[in-house]
Amino acid sequence: MITALLIFFPILGSLLLLLLKGESVKKIALLLVLVEFAISIAAALRFVPASGTQFLLDIPWIPAYGIHLKAGIDGISLLLVLLTTVLVPLIILSTFQRNFKNPAAFYALLLFMQAGLIGVFVALDGFLFYVSWEIALIPIYFISAIWGDENRVNVTFKFFVYTIFGSLLMLIAIIYLYLQTPGTHTYDLQAFYDLNLTLSQQTFVFWAFFIAFAIKMPIFPLHTWQPDTYTSAPAAGTMLLAGIMLKMGIYGAIRWLMPISPMAWSQNSYIIIDLCILGVVYGAIIAMVQNDMKRLVAYSSLSHVGLIAAGAFSGNLNGLQGAMIQMISHGINVVGMFFVIDIIEQKTGSRFLRDLGGMATKAKTLSICFMIILLGSVALPFTNGFIGEFLLLKSMNDINIWYGAIAGLTIILGAVYMFRMYQKSMLGELNSLTEKMTDLKWNEKLVLFTIVFLIIIIGVYPQPILEVSKYASADLLDLIHSREY
Amino acid sequence: MIALVILIITALVLLFAGLYHFNKALLPLSLLGILSALVVTILDWNQPKYYFAETLFIDNFSVAFSSLLLVSTGLIFLLSSDYFEKISKNVAEYYALILFALVGALCLISYQNLSMLFIGIEIMSVSLYILAGIRKNDPFSNEAALKYFLMGSFATGFLLFGIALLYGATGTFNIELIAESIREGKILDFSILYGGILMVIIGLSFKVSAAPFHFWAPDVYQGSPALITAFMSTVVKTAGIAAFYKLFATSFIGLEQFWVPVITVIVVITLLVGNFTAAYQLNFKRLLAYSSISNAGYMLIGIVTLAAYSSNAVFFYAAAYSIATIMAFSVLLLIKNKTGNTEIESFSGLGKSNPGLAFALTISMCSLAGIPLTAGFFGKFMIFSSAISQQLVWLIVIAVINSAIGIYYYFKVIKVMYTSESPDSNTISIPAGYKIVLSVGVALVLILGIYPDLLIRLF
Repeated sequence: MITALLIFFPILGSLLLLLLKGESVKKIALLLVLVEFAISIAAALRFVPASGTQFLLDIPWIPAYGIHLKAGIDGISLLLVLLTTVLVPLIILSTFQRNFKNPAAFYALLLFMQAGLIGVFVALDGFLFYVSWEIALIPIYFISAIWGDENRVNVTFKFFVYTIFGSLLMLIAIIYLYLQTPGTHTYDLQAFYDLNLTLSQQTFVFWAFFIAFAIKMPIFPLHTWQPDTYTSAPAAGTMLLAGIMLKMGIYGAIRWLMPISPMAWSQNSYIIIDLCILGVVYGAIIAMVQNDMKRLVAYSSLSHVGLIAAGAFSGNLNGLQGAMIQMISHGINVVGMFFVIDIIEQKTGSRFLRDLGGMATKAKTLSICFMIILLGSVALPFTNGFIGEFLLLKSMNDINIWYGAIAGLTIILGAVYMFRMYQKSMLGELNSLTEKMTDLKWNEKLVLFTIVFLIIIIGVYPQPILEVSKYASADLLDLIHSREY
Repeated sequence: MIALVILIITALVLLFAGLYHFNKALLPLSLLGILSALVVTILDWNQPKYYFAETLFIDNFSVAFSSLLLVSTGLIFLLSSDYFEKISKNVAEYYALILFALVGALCLISYQNLSMLFIGIEIMSVSLYILAGIRKNDPFSNEAALKYFLMGSFATGFLLFGIALLYGATGTFNIELIAESIREGKILDFSILYGGILMVIIGLSFKVSAAPFHFWAPDVYQGSPALITAFMSTVVKTAGIAAFYKLFATSFIGLEQFWVPVITVIVVITLLVGNFTAAYQLNFKRLLAYSSISNAGYMLIGIVTLAAYSSNAVFFYAAAYSIATIMAFSVLLLIKNKTGNTEIESFSGLGKSNPGLAFALTISMCSLAGIPLTAGFFGKFMIFSSAISQQLVWLIVIAVINSAIGIYYYFKVIKVMYTSESPDSNTISIPAGYKIVLSVGVALVLILGIYPDLLIRLF
């Protein structure tokens, strides 16, 4: 019941928003996503970490094709659902100083996308998973294409065709799995787990899924849509893309890819981890020379996600748990980062490092929040980035010392480009542009303080998060390793 | 087969009404005729019956497809108030000819006998030759009619020759009996049989505009009046695909190793040609022409697979495709009235000036592109499912690549509507008929997309 509510409430909310006009839209949108947040908290409070998938929803949808609305929440799902329901209100709150043309459509699309994201994170039926996956994609296409900057049209278009091609491959894999299920076929995830596929069948499924997920994350070399799209989407769209949407890819790998094709995974995991680690270094090096702050964070995100994906694909508990907590931390940090950049751009008219400088004197609170978010991203102890990065590097180290060593560069390189960004924007001399800088408004304070609070609280006391996903992660790995050969 | 009789009588009455200038009565009369034909058709559900010395056979397959054709034609008629008056003085002929073409199309769906297949195709085609050229002072319309006539009669010749060869090989026109003699090996000469099958494939491929026999389609579609194009690319195409499916699923079972490769090649070429060419079009009408070619390709996949329920998959796909295409044409007509041309450019700013219209076209394009929660997605899903169940991996890979290209060009239209500015931001006033068609279309696309169960296990 609560799962159904989580999926369908935002859809109803978005239909409601379409009926509204004028200024009140954003407030009502915020109210709706706060209700959604409350629902997710209610789910979290009733959640028992050790007892597997809970709040099961299972009603026939298209019986003729064995399609059910089947969804449930386990530890892994819960964390990502919470990430979504926490970040979406912050993202909506972050737009309060903006006036979009046609706000009803904007916020309706945002809520619709939230439904898609949550659907992806709770779906236990292949068809539902695919449909949710696409439902999350369509709104972000429109958000970026309609409300983005002047380059948006072609950039967004590339992103859209790119990702939809990946998802079509995934659709083929899902239909293929469906046809392998015994008896009257079904799209049930458990039935997919129980299939006895040969290695070659698994290899096919593995790559079809992998391409879809790798485009979404993105993993080098399928990342080429990402920097442009992040740069030209409106700030709220970028936050959705980087904060939540790319987690769909990693979640898909954890929930669908590895358990369904464990043999193919164990054969190919080294290639994948190689690619991920390559992306870590590649993203970091390019980020170091960026001038556009949004682009810089886009590449840094590529770098961070490379490490998260490597951990998810490593197949050991540290890696998976590290990936889980790091997905949460990365989501929070990257949303904060893009919001800071958005504030700077709105007030000074530029987000290019060469135009900026000295803003710390003009905007104290902003500069402090920015610093804390940066520290979270570079994984300083007692910030949220630390524990995840630590677990991930440990898991890389366990596989191969070289992986650990190279991936460890992410911390050093991350510190380089992040502090370079801080130094060039916040420190130094004021200039004519940054003269105009003012400190935070109430909604900006609310968003950034929440983010800073989360960064510190997770950094100091990450145990509850690790606890939530611990059992689910262990079960999943047992499942994978029991059928690896 | 009372529906046929009703339609023919309606068409004749319309001609007389035209003679005495009852122009106001034409549209209501034709709608009434279609509606009563629809009712009569649906009453035949679950009552398989032979008609006219076993030349027609009405089963659920034909009831479903006939209803689809009747509904599509009805929707097109709803768009036609005032439209034909602008083109010529003899309005009654339009309605009558479309109804005659519809009669031919219905014969195409229900035939049991190859002679009826031929008669159906001829009734349909002859009416369409006239309709394509009905703007007699317009050179494009004339070109369209002439091309269509020459190519079409050529194709009919192939078809007739093929039917003759089939008769020579099996000694019968009845498609069940052909299947029987193939099953029992009572074939006089296999080379004649194979020759016949090939000829029939060529003839029917012409009619459904499958590549490489599609060359007539873009010019004819662009040159004909838009509503006639809408009729050709939905009703005529659906009827052709249904006839194609019926013949191969009934008669040539057991010879798959011969004809499946041929049709697979046709499918692949059709998909590639249709989609790649559509991606380059700047004119929306021409884009829809190529889109109709590529959609013929997807529907033909249903014939290649012949899996359980693939007839239903073809039906669902055809229904989704027809609804979305008619919606697209209705928006096209409104835009043409406003701007005078049909370039994709002229859709710019529609999202601002006419949000409702833009939304309807968005839904239609999403459905054609196969985006989830629209009917078009489930159509593609069913077709892909049946192809994967037959292990047609390469065909599926090609179909997927083509779907991605399809998304590219359908979304091009959406992109222009919402992201380009238009100098002319006047709101288009939408006539009542268009409102009905568009809202019915949006509702059907979404209902079938969210709850496809209504139409997926019909037969």
